[in-house]
Amino acid sequence: MVPTNHYLMLSAVLFLIGVAGVLTRRNAIIVLMCVELMLNAVNLSFLAFARALGDMGGHVFVFVVIAVAAAEAAVGLAILLAVFRNKQTVNIDELNLMRW
Amino acid sequence: MEQAVFYVFAAIALGSSLAMVVQRNPVAAAMNLVLTMFSLAALFVLLQAHFLAVIQLLVYAGAVMVLFLFVIMFLNLTEDQMMPGRRSILHVAGVALAIYALFQLRALIQRTPPVSAKPVDAAFGTTKAIGRLLFSDYLLPFEITSVLILAAIVGAVVLAKRRLD
Repeated sequence: MVPTNHYLMLSAVLFLIGVAGVLTRRNAIIVLMCVELMLNAVNLSFLAFARALGDMGGHVFVFVVIAVAAAEAAVGLAILLAVFRNKQTVNIDELNLMRW
Repeated sequence: MEQAVFYVFAAIALGSSLAMVVQRNPVAAAMNLVLTMFSLAALFVLLQAHFLAVIQLLVYAGAVMVLFLFVIMFLNLTEDQMMPGRRSILHVAGVALAIYALFQLRALIQRTPPVSAKPVDAAFGTTKAIGRLLFSDYLLPFEITSVLILAAIVGAVVLAKRRLD
């Protein structure tokens, strides 16, 4: 039996890899992928706690998170398409219209 | 045995997610993310979450990643758009912040008492058990999720349309 702490540690590392990706990458598509990675890392901790406590409420949370992530990906990529159509780029450094 | 499986898939997940973050080519990054999703699905099976492991493969590795690949190929980025200028200060700051947060989290996780996982009954994590929960205790969140997905569908169509009539 793998201790719950190991799952939590793996989840934390994956989440922070996602954070580092969001902060450092300039390609908006890859930034969105890093957000997906962060959501997945959180799902892993939900399931680790669900298993440790023997409570299936965590599974329902993960189910909802997966649905929200799918919706987020669809809307985010649609926004990206609209932005690309207007600006011909997905480099987030050049998308500064709404910056102060 | 279970430990070995855990460490193998944890290593695959870590390696492929790191590869995704440092990868310059978006298609290669997407493929690495698919590999991460696959190994996470294997870990879900280890955690007795059989239904969610399958959902993870179908929804994430299937639908969402296909959507990502579709958009990557639809945009058809040229070389200089694919490799935008790198700003080293932000890189260092981002990675340093992540490492700092990692140490904070490690201290926090080590302070939590190691929960001794009890053996669960065979129904744990099956489709039937989740379905029962979704349609009884969690009926309202389930219905709200369906409304959210409907809104996302409409929103995606409207946003991606060439122009509104």
